[in-house]
Amino acid sequence: MSTVDPAIVTTGGHGHADDHGHGHGHHGSFISTYVFSTDHKMIGKQFLITTLLMLMVGGALALGVRWQLAFRWEAMPIFGQLFPAQGGQIPPEFYTMLVTMHASVMIFLVIIPILAGAFGNFLIPLMIGADDMAFPILNMLSYWFMWPAIFCFGMSFLQAGYGAAGGWTSYPLLSALPEAAPGSGSAQTWWLFGLTFVGFSSMMGSINYMTTIINMRAPGMTLFRMPLTIWAMFITAILQSFALPVLTAAGFMLVADRMLGTCFFIPSGIVVNDTDPTVGGGQPLLWQHLFWFYSHPAVYIMLLPAMGMVSDMLACMSRKPIFGYKPMVYSMAAIAGLGFIVWGHHMFTSGMNPALGMTFMVSTVMIALPSAVKVFNWIGTMWGGRLVFNTVMLNCIAFVSMFIVGGLSGIFMAAVPVDIYIHDTYFIVAHFHYVLFGATLFGCFAGIVFWFPKMYGRLMNEKLGKLHFFLTFIGFNGTFFPMHLLGVSGMPRRYADPYLHPYLEHLLPMNQFMTCCAILMGFSQFILLFNFFYSRKFGPKCGRNPWNANGLEWTAPSPPGHGNFESVPICHRGPYEYSDPKHSEDFWLQTDPPAKRGDGPATVAAH
Amino acid sequence: MKRFWCLFFMIWPVLALYVCWIAPQMGWWFPFNGPTGMKAASPLGERIDDLFYMILYITTATFVGTQIALGYVLFKGAAATDEGNTEKAWYSHGSHNLEVIWTIVPACVLLFIALYQMDVWAQYRVKDSFPSETKQGAIAEVTARQFEWRIRYPGLGPDGKPLPLMPEPQPTDLYTVNDLHAVVGKAVMIILETQDVQHSFFLPELRVKQDAVPGLDIPVWFKASKSGDYTLLCAELCGWGHYKMKARMVAETEDKYLEFLQKLTKSQNYDGVPETPAEGAPVASAAE
Repeated sequence: MSTVDPAIVTTGGHGHADDHGHGHGHHGSFISTYVFSTDHKMIGKQFLITTLLMLMVGGALALGVRWQLAFRWEAMPIFGQLFPAQGGQIPPEFYTMLVTMHASVMIFLVIIPILAGAFGNFLIPLMIGADDMAFPILNMLSYWFMWPAIFCFGMSFLQAGYGAAGGWTSYPLLSALPEAAPGSGSAQTWWLFGLTFVGFSSMMGSINYMTTIINMRAPGMTLFRMPLTIWAMFITAILQSFALPVLTAAGFMLVADRMLGTCFFIPSGIVVNDTDPTVGGGQPLLWQHLFWFYSHPAVYIMLLPAMGMVSDMLACMSRKPIFGYKPMVYSMAAIAGLGFIVWGHHMFTSGMNPALGMTFMVSTVMIALPSAVKVFNWIGTMWGGRLVFNTVMLNCIAFVSMFIVGGLSGIFMAAVPVDIYIHDTYFIVAHFHYVLFGATLFGCFAGIVFWFPKMYGRLMNEKLGKLHFFLTFIGFNGTFFPMHLLGVSGMPRRYADPYLHPYLEHLLPMNQFMTCCAILMGFSQFILLFNFFYSRKFGPKCGRNPWNANGLEWTAPSPPGHGNFESVPICHRGPYEYSDPKHSEDFWLQTDPPAKRGDGPATVAAH
Repeated sequence: MKRFWCLFFMIWPVLALYVCWIAPQMGWWFPFNGPTGMKAASPLGERIDDLFYMILYITTATFVGTQIALGYVLFKGAAATDEGNTEKAWYSHGSHNLEVIWTIVPACVLLFIALYQMDVWAQYRVKDSFPSETKQGAIAEVTARQFEWRIRYPGLGPDGKPLPLMPEPQPTDLYTVNDLHAVVGKAVMIILETQDVQHSFFLPELRVKQDAVPGLDIPVWFKASKSGDYTLLCAELCGWGHYKMKARMVAETEDKYLEFLQKLTKSQNYDGVPETPAEGAPVASAAE
């Protein structure tokens, strides 16, 4: 086996790690191996490291928000040095910028690319037994289109207003009229360009994933023998490719409104900041419809891959087949299908036709059903298993436990009358953080530890992993659980100083507690980063299959060379044949030929 | 160590439930500073709270149930790997019957939740279902702008009663900023507009929220059940000063309301010549 790569993105490498050592004889230059690589594994790792760094950026922005909510108008230590305002204070326009850019970075540069970009890229060919993606160059471009996006978002910080400040939803007219806010000028334009580049990147990825999964599965890898991760990636790619054009079009319309003088979203007679009245003829609600037509499915784009990955890891760490494989697949498909007809629940109080409120409520409430089925199946998977309580498993259990909270709090907001009150309060902030952080990010943490051996041929440190999990879990719940109560108390979101309103004054101590927890959580991520980079170099070396898992990826060397497998793997059974009484071991690789006639292809993963 | 983790995953739901349990006493629950205390200050708001509690009970039961199930499988799964326990894990691919049960039961519960909400929503938002009192027309036009609420009342007629509110501003109209007055115990309707970006009209104590959308005139009705001052604020990000769109909604008796309008008329028609030097300073902050 080759040594572990000395560097991933750009720094410090010197070519010796090109030797992948199992006969493919692939020797590329440093640039073609580490920078403009077309190898799906390298692209996946590039995505992973980029998104982990962006996670720290997004986290720093979040800490700015939390600081202001706990210690308003006080100079912020450490991060305050970076702030332009005097003495590190957070002025209100800066606060709205922090809120906006925190969400934008986390959603567009962390969650979506870490799931589809990092795990999708790394896992899809390995798990279906392909040697690479269907379109390797397109795949490379999908990563390199992230950088213009990062550049545009970065440029946004350097404009007047120090960044877009119209919320990540960028509702017009705040985002359409440059005079509307300090951050609505060129900062907003850069933000919109950044969004467009993220879209390009995702679209290239999605086309690739769909094509690869449909066409490049190994012999014997039927659709219903695919691991749930692959099902999730497949469904996500479909969602992405259908929903994304709408957002891209809407983004261009908004850019046109801002730069070319069109009025898609601008009604007539609007006076902002004493400017001349707008000519108009447009409707801002149109943006909301178009935006959420993408961004609601995007919520599932940000969740489904994690669901798939956690299903795989839970089965492995419970040493048990997944409970209800087909219901799991169908419920993911149902979430995706219903996901397209629920976007209006973001707009219950927007003034759209109230009859729509009722229809969107029914579809929204019904989408809780496949989610519930998945939760029951995850618990069913652990039921009667021989659980391995390692870092992977702990993060997976946290995923299930947190997703229950996020799912249940969603029902409150799906109910329109209740939503009238809790809409745009901290209740919604609690809800989506439980789903996006509590579920997705814990799922990603588990995924990193689980597939790290396959990425680098070494195991991550278990003690550090558990410590990271422990602190993150406590910090997470301490930060976000009280947000439910803030929401019920009627504290609106995106307020730079909620305590200006007497009915919110008494919530200050609670916010201070939450900020302390957030700081704890933020700084615990350094443990993850340290563990990641330390283990890459010094972690204990492992063989092909350190977890005794079944998937095709575990039959490849760790790390796999160019082309992944020494020979074409042949898939004989489903991915979840753990603890089969007919088999001597408690796992049964998908590639193991059937022992005798009859117990091979017949024992597929579901009935 | 594995039992520690099982316990760890069981402690937090207990803590969460405990925090929710003590929340009302600690003031971490519905706003309580208003005239009606923690109770919603409008009949519709009370119904919204009832629906909230209904969902809360259902979700709490589900939460407790799933967390207990999770705890059970965790402890059982931990015991399965105890020393001397060599039995393999339960080889099961699932249960068709269980899948059917846990699909149909939540489906029925969820459908019930959805259908049960329709009525309140219709009353709140569907114009045909508005209370009959609102059919007489709106009492005021509320125009949001960065970062204040401008309120236009119709002037008083010769009979001392308010004139109907016209869509276009009239010479007799009365104006206030950040000070909305309404008659208590009566359903009143306002027309919500915005002069610039999107805002949202939020009366937390009355559980009323409606976005003010550029280009739309949206009718909003509410009924304060007790007289007093209520909070009015903005709930949709509208720029840097979003947090400071602080205003009040005063619910008062009909007499007091008319008195307020008379005072407003007087201060608005004030021509600068004091009738008696001692008094005559403007009573309400008049804009434009």
